[in-house]
Amino acid sequence: MNNTVSWLGLAVSLLLAAVAAGISWWQRLGLQREILVAAVRALAQLLLVGAALTLIISPGRSIWWSWLWVAAMLGYAATVARRRAPDIPNLLSLALASFTAAAVVTLGVLFGLHVFPLTGRTLVPIAGMMIGNSMTATILAGRRLTDELRDKRDEVEARLALGQDSRQAATPYVRAALRAALTPQIETTKATGLVFLPGAMTGLILAGTAPLQAVLVQAVVMFLVLAATATTTVVIALGLIRRLFTPDHRLMHLPAPADH
Amino acid sequence: MSDQQEAAFEFHRVTVVRAGRRVLDEVTASVPAAGITVVSGPSGAGKTTLLRLCNRLEIPDAGVVSYRGQPLDELDPLALRRRVGMVFQRPAPFPGSVAGNLAVARPDTGTAEMSAALERVALDPGLLDQEARTLSGGELQRMCLARTLITGPETLLLDEPTSALDEQPKLVFESTARALAAQGIAIIWVTHDDAQAGRVADRIYHLRDGHLTVAAAGEARP
Repeated sequence: MNNTVSWLGLAVSLLLAAVAAGISWWQRLGLQREILVAAVRALAQLLLVGAALTLIISPGRSIWWSWLWVAAMLGYAATVARRRAPDIPNLLSLALASFTAAAVVTLGVLFGLHVFPLTGRTLVPIAGMMIGNSMTATILAGRRLTDELRDKRDEVEARLALGQDSRQAATPYVRAALRAALTPQIETTKATGLVFLPGAMTGLILAGTAPLQAVLVQAVVMFLVLAATATTTVVIALGLIRRLFTPDHRLMHLPAPADH
Repeated sequence: MSDQQEAAFEFHRVTVVRAGRRVLDEVTASVPAAGITVVSGPSGAGKTTLLRLCNRLEIPDAGVVSYRGQPLDELDPLALRRRVGMVFQRPAPFPGSVAGNLAVARPDTGTAEMSAALERVALDPGLLDQEARTLSGGELQRMCLARTLITGPETLLLDEPTSALDEQPKLVFESTARALAAQGIAIIWVTHDDAQAGRVADRIYHLRDGHLTVAAAGEARP
């Protein structure tokens, strides 16, 4: 049994965007235009991606097109991370390295151990989930670590002055940053199914998949996201330490961010 | 006097530029490896920078700093920092107990050794289990000194260590440092407090506008 949304159905659902715009108009929020632009823009982007995905994952198409798509997602996510956290030095190359590490770990387990068959139809969405979720955790971990080392410079230099190397001196702050970045994901994982139904599962059920199958897929996705966030954040944190300290164990000057 | 001749630190045309300003301008000087050498001068004169060069928390833009005849960039920075301890202007206690703080300096330090370190800085060994951040300002600064002593330094760098202390704890810190100097630890003490300089110094250097000069005899304590 497959439920499909018709073009007419899509048009009707735009009524819901109109409701949001109507509330904005009624309450004089001045957001009507933005709401409509956002809705139309999201729709256009999704349609474009849908068309591209249709091309890429259609049966008979080489899997290399899917890998190319994944590589493009990695690169794009790294530039987004850098744009959203410009105060973290060298974030572009570090984010690229950390997303790649997470991809190797997660895709290696899921496809190497045959949890899913390796096809464009499985590779592209799974890599997308992995990268999308890692990006937030990456920025969180990178920003927290940079802030900690800047704000607690006295403590860090006191540790260095006692003869600790930069790795040892940074350890308490790396831990704090990793905890801060991973905790929201752990909380989400704990609440899954009780408080909210996650997107992948909801989508599958709506599309007509049997609930048990949808749940199994969702569980795999959750574990994927856990592993991906843990991998990306640890790579970012350890990589940043190498860049924020000099080889002779001095903490570099860390300018305060312009705003945030 | 032979101890006057052996140098702990030697600065040769040391220049440090920060944000376009010459914080230290071709400083050439020698600091003896005994007693207390005070570096005095107005705030912003580069005193802290001079001290931070000595255990390589910063490096000069030009010139050479040597410790006991060896240029610092030829020494392992981690080993150097254990031979040359530093106490900062603002005490920086680590989270946890006093004992935990001392253990950061050397994890295998036994209780007897920790107690001895506290006694050397006039602190009660009963404080070992106390949360470090609950100590008073004077106690905290002396705990930081004890923490540094755990690494067994030959030389101590003190960066305005009493600037946040009241008169009484300030005097306790001074006599503690004098006792350490008498035990053979060379001390370089940065301060802008001339009265303090007169009380503790075996010799006084003035740092002003990036230049270091030796003060006239008689300014230091008799």
